[in-house]
Formats: sequence, structure tokens, C-alpha cells
Amino acid sequence: MDFNDTPEEAKFRKEAYDWLKDNAPLKEGPKDSWRASSEEEGLKEVKKWQKKLHEGGWACLHWPKEYGGRESTPIERVIWGQEVSKFKVPGGYLEIGQGMAGPVMMMYATEEQKERYLPPLATGEEIWCQLFSEPAAGSDVAGIKTKAELDGDTWTINGQKVWTSGAHFSDYGILVTRSDPTVAKHKGLTFFFVDMKSPGIEVKPIKQISGGANFNEVYFTDVKIPDSQRLGAIGDGWKVSLTTLMNERLAVGDASGPDFEEAFSLARGQDLNGKLAIENDAVREKLADWYCQQSGLKYAKYRNISALSRGETPGPQSSITKIVSGNKLQEIANFGLDMLDSAGILRSDEEGAEQSMYQYGFYGAAGIRIAGGTDEILKNIISEQVLGMPQDMRADKGLPFNEIPTGNK
Amino acid sequence: MNFEFSADQMQLKDIARKFLEKEESVKRARNVLEGEAPYDEDLWAQIIEMGFTATAIPEEYGGLGLGYLELCVIAEELGRSLAPTPFSSSVYLATEAILHGNDDSAKQAFLPGLATGDKIGAFAHSESNTSPTENNIACTYKDGNLSGTKIAVVDGDIADFYVVSAQNGSSVGLYLVDGSSSGIEVNQQPTLDPSRSHASVSFDNAPCTELKSDWSDVLNLLDRAAVLFSFEQLGGAEACMDMAKEYAMGRYAFGRSIASFQAIKHKLADMFIAVELARSNCYYGAWALSTDAPELPTAAATARVSASQAYHECSKENIQTHGGMGFTWEFDCHLYYRRCRQLAANIGSQAVWKDKLISSLERANQI
Repeated sequence: MDFNDTPEEAKFRKEAYDWLKDNAPLKEGPKDSWRASSEEEGLKEVKKWQKKLHEGGWACLHWPKEYGGRESTPIERVIWGQEVSKFKVPGGYLEIGQGMAGPVMMMYATEEQKERYLPPLATGEEIWCQLFSEPAAGSDVAGIKTKAELDGDTWTINGQKVWTSGAHFSDYGILVTRSDPTVAKHKGLTFFFVDMKSPGIEVKPIKQISGGANFNEVYFTDVKIPDSQRLGAIGDGWKVSLTTLMNERLAVGDASGPDFEEAFSLARGQDLNGKLAIENDAVREKLADWYCQQSGLKYAKYRNISALSRGETPGPQSSITKIVSGNKLQEIANFGLDMLDSAGILRSDEEGAEQSMYQYGFYGAAGIRIAGGTDEILKNIISEQVLGMPQDMRADKGLPFNEIPTGNK
Repeated sequence: MNFEFSADQMQLKDIARKFLEKEESVKRARNVLEGEAPYDEDLWAQIIEMGFTATAIPEEYGGLGLGYLELCVIAEELGRSLAPTPFSSSVYLATEAILHGNDDSAKQAFLPGLATGDKIGAFAHSESNTSPTENNIACTYKDGNLSGTKIAVVDGDIADFYVVSAQNGSSVGLYLVDGSSSGIEVNQQPTLDPSRSHASVSFDNAPCTELKSDWSDVLNLLDRAAVLFSFEQLGGAEACMDMAKEYAMGRYAFGRSIASFQAIKHKLADMFIAVELARSNCYYGAWALSTDAPELPTAAATARVSASQAYHECSKENIQTHGGMGFTWEFDCHLYYRRCRQLAANIGSQAVWKDKLISSLERANQI
């Protein structure tokens, strides 16, 4: 039992580190991360960095080389992730395209389409978004209503999508629609990719509880899509969606925000009822719990990396990580604000200030526990797919979609 | 990265598991619980025969000279099967205290017997209804003799010798007292888990040997043992999770398997998460123990806290999943519920270990 690389892994790690060292600045501390002054600026920097990655042969590690990838093994992806985290490099904007849209295009698009659309995804020239969730279809995402009707070889799309990250700056989107409401829920879906500049698409930002707007509503009014942009057979949309949903859960992962280190450091410097907070037993107990959770996730990850290193399939770590880290963040954020006593209610708008970090966590954690699979859905996945327990009985089973009760919502 | 037990270690684990299943270890735990015998002598003899007690003892003292990782996988299986033997007292505590002690003649005299199981050792530490500290321990060592009373000594009534914590004038050290010495009185004490026997042990000027002389040595012994106890707790927790799942799958209510209700599925998912976190932290502890890493105090406390939490969660929710049947004497749920409490009490409370964890992080600042 050790934490060492195999000789091949060490060689790959060195190669990755050396390239990064020549092309990006090292972080000055664990929290010294890249931050854009605006979305526009961030997008520009991300595209520039992605171009550099691509030229260096480090774009889309898991993709085939012919589309601009590197054909790396899973353990190499992990090592790259570890090395890149030491550097202050731009991130965001491209994950959905490269992590979800790319793989689905590889599986279902024509060779011609792959040659046209995949390389610009790898170089960062084009951005994609994912159009799945709807106001009435969240956890039960197969319950979407956005209508797709075929006339000749052209589809007409009408409906509304929601929680679409980056819709306003995306070039293309992957879209799941209902093409037949008279058959059972999972059977009447059809999957497409769509040009986000098509006439009839309207993007509106959603104001979140934090006041920010990272997501959008996307309205479709008589949007035309050629049948050649259909991915998978008519009615096979659910099967196609599953490919990307599994990738989404892998992509969401660890909740970012204040963790044990921040809470520990706060408690060691903060007065609480006349003495240092760290001397308070209630504080110590909470800290111990969070440390154990953080450590458990860290070493579970190491166990999974070890499995990958041996060429085995890793465990259900992403579901566990998301549940534990989202809840931990919510508790730590609440703790950080509670440490300020009555003043914890006052808002700090100072960028990067300790107080605002806990405030972001306070708002953010509430969203993290929902995005990309709620705690409850993930617990269903653990119990069904890992423990082999039966699915919940479904009231809509076997019913044609248009006869399923909706509660008028 | 190779943060996993080796193929040989996993094979040893499998051998231990099959052996304990074949010997119906859980049933034997029930027999001890219901009977008069303080432990299962026959199972103990077979465990010795398997070489488990000799695992981490160096070959020069008649042991197998394997490492602590091997002992960890055995501990997990003993915990899973509730083995009603003095293994933890004798191996994780008494053997370790002598092996890492300063007295060579004690090593010569006791380790070969511990390896062959001819000798059973117990650790006598608690004195009252509070956690032992460097200041509140009243047992005293003076001029080669030890006096005072210890309580809740696990296997105290069957031990051939005791490792005892006592004041020595400058600190609290560890002392070895042979059970056949004069001035010792042993009284069995009733407990919440009669599948493991406990006793109070009084020493009245009993002759003894100094193994270690400082409180930090006592803490180190507890840290090392904590990793091994954590693996027992982990095994027990996982057994409870498996029992709960099996029962839920077969139990029907409202016309369906209760395993199809989200209330039960989410309960099992919570158990699974607790077990996975505990397992990962236990591995961290195993790594620190087997490599003598400076992180041992942090790793041991993390494993201990995490495994205690997982066992508590799984043993109580296992009863809950079984419904009324889980509360009966007939079902095995209560055997695990009791053992969970026994292991949680054995080397100190959860609150103390949490405090130790934060203290070790304050000292090391190793985050």
C-alpha cells in the first residue's frame, strides 16, 4: 500500500508537469485560482488557453486523436487533473461541450458531422450547451414536453428548456424532445443537435437565490431542425440521453467553496464567547466530523485511482462525493456565518473576503445539492445500481405520456 | 497509485472470512452471550491454529513476521463475524505494548506465548466513569510494584497478564503485571455486550515490569490499536448493512418488497456512504500504522471516529430496517448493536477521539 506512481504513470506525470510549467504560471497557494473579471473576458481567456492545450496535444485527453484528443487512459486523465490543479489556468465554459456533447456526437453523429463539429470543440473555437431539463421535468427528466414534429425531412420544435448553463454564449446545443406523446414516457423521445442561432430560439437568464445568473431559460418557437441533425433513431432519445447524464454526474463532482481547512483556520483565529472558537467543544466536534468526511472522500478517491491504475472499474465515487461534499459545504458555510454572531447576517460584497466566501457557500450549497442529480436521485442510484435494490414503483409506468397525471404543473 | 491491499492480503482476508463463516462465529458469539463461558475457547484455539495471533510478531519471537496490513484484514473479518475471543485485547493492545516496550526480557518471556496463544493479555486503563487522562489516573507504580484498581478491563477475567497504565511520579507509564503475581483481585463485571467479558482488576503492591514511562507512550499504544479496532468496526458496520439489505429485499409490506421504498433505499444509501467513508479512512490508518508515518495520530483518530460513526449508523438502522423482528432476542441484530457499543467503549469515547483528532491537527498543522 503506497501512494506512488507506476513508472509509466510517473513518466506521464512528468511530461504533463513539464509542459504546464512551460505554458502556465504555478499557483502561489491552494486558493490562488484563476478568476475572470467578466464573463466575456473569461470566455476569451478560456478559448485562448484551450487553443494552446490543443496545440500542445493536451486537449480532450479521452477523445480519439483524429478529432483533436489524446486517447489517454483514465488514470492519465486523473494525473493530468492533479498536475493542472497546481497551475493558475482558465477553466469553465467548455466542460459541457467536451464532456457531454462530444461523446454523444461521437456515438451517434455521421462521420461527416463528426469531422465538422468535433475538432472545433477540442480547440475551444465552438461552445456547446445541453438542453434537457424543463420547468416540469427535473429529476424525472424523461418527463419533458418540448414538442418535435416531423414534416418531410424537417422537424419543428416548440417548448421551453431550463437550467441551461451557457446557452447565451453557446454555438450549438444538444436537445432532447418529445416526438410522440401517445406512447410511454421513455419511448417517445427524440434527440437532436441544434444551432443556437436558429430563428425562434430565445435565451433568458434565470436569477438565482444568490442574485447571480449562471443559467438560462431557453424558449423554442417553431424552431426548424433538419432531420440530418437527429442523433439516434426516432423514439430512442432516452437511450441517447443516458450517455450524457452519466457524464454529467462525473463532471459535477466535488463542491467548491470553504472546506475543513477554512473552517479550521477560522476557528483558530476567531473569538467565540470570550475565548478562541477552537477551544469550544461544540466547534471541535463539528470540525472533527468535517475532517473525517473530507478525509474519507480524499482516500476514497485514492482507492478509485488505484483501481483505475490497475485497469479496474472504479466504485460509485462521484455520487458519494457529490452528496457528502454538498452537504458538508452547506454546514461549513452556515458555521462560518454563525462564527460572526449577529453580524453574520450582514452582507459583504468585497471580492475574495473571508466573509463573502461563506456567503457564496451559503447560497451555492443549496444549488449544488440539486444540480446534476439531487441528493435523493443519487441515493436512488446508489441503492439501485450499487446495492441492487429494486426501483421505486412508478405511478406512470406503462401509461401513454399524454395520460400521465401532472398536477396541472 | 497503489492505495489498496495487495492480492496476497486480500487472499488472507478471504481465507479469514471463509474460516469464520464455516466456524459459525456469529452463532458462537450468541452462545457466549447466553452462556457462562467468558469466551469461545474452541474458536480461540482455531484462530491460533490459523496463525492469526502471530501475524505481526517478528519471527525472532516466534511470530510470522507479517505486517500490520495483514492484521488489518484479519481484524475486519473478526469484526464482521463478531468473533467472541480475546483477540483485540491480546493482539492489538497487550502484544503491541510489549513489542514496542523497552524491556527485552519481557519480549523474550511473553511474545512467543502471545504468538502461540498460550498467553492472553489484557489492557487495564479505565478507572472511573470518565476518560483516563495523565492527571486523573490514580493507579501508582513505585519501586517495582503497582497499586490501584482498574475497571471495565476487557478480557480481564481470562488474561494471563495485564498491561496497566499507572502514575510513576513524573508521568503515566505502561506496566506489565503477571496474573499469577500476589496482590491481584479480579471480579467479572456485567456489561451491555456479554459476548465479550469484562472485569475489574485490583492491584495491591503487585510486582511489575516497566514497559514505557511516559503518557505519550500510552497515547501511542491507543493510536496503534485504534487503527485495528477501526477495522473490526468497519467489518461489523458492513455486516449490518448487508443484513439490512437482505432482510429488506425479502420482506414484503403493502404488496411490495420494502426494499423498493425510498425510505428504506435512502437509509441503505446512507449506510453505504458511511461505510465507504469509514473504509477509506481505515485504509489511511492502515497505511500510517504500517509505515510508521508521522501522521499516525491524525490517521488513527480519523479512522476511529469514522468507523465508530459508521458502525453506530449501520447497527441501529439495521434494527430499524428489520422492524419488530429486529428488536427480538432471536434475530442477530442486537448482537451487532451490542458489539458496536462495546467496541466504541473499548479504547475511549467518540468525543475524546474527536478532540484528539483536532488536537493532532493543531499540533501538526498538517493540512
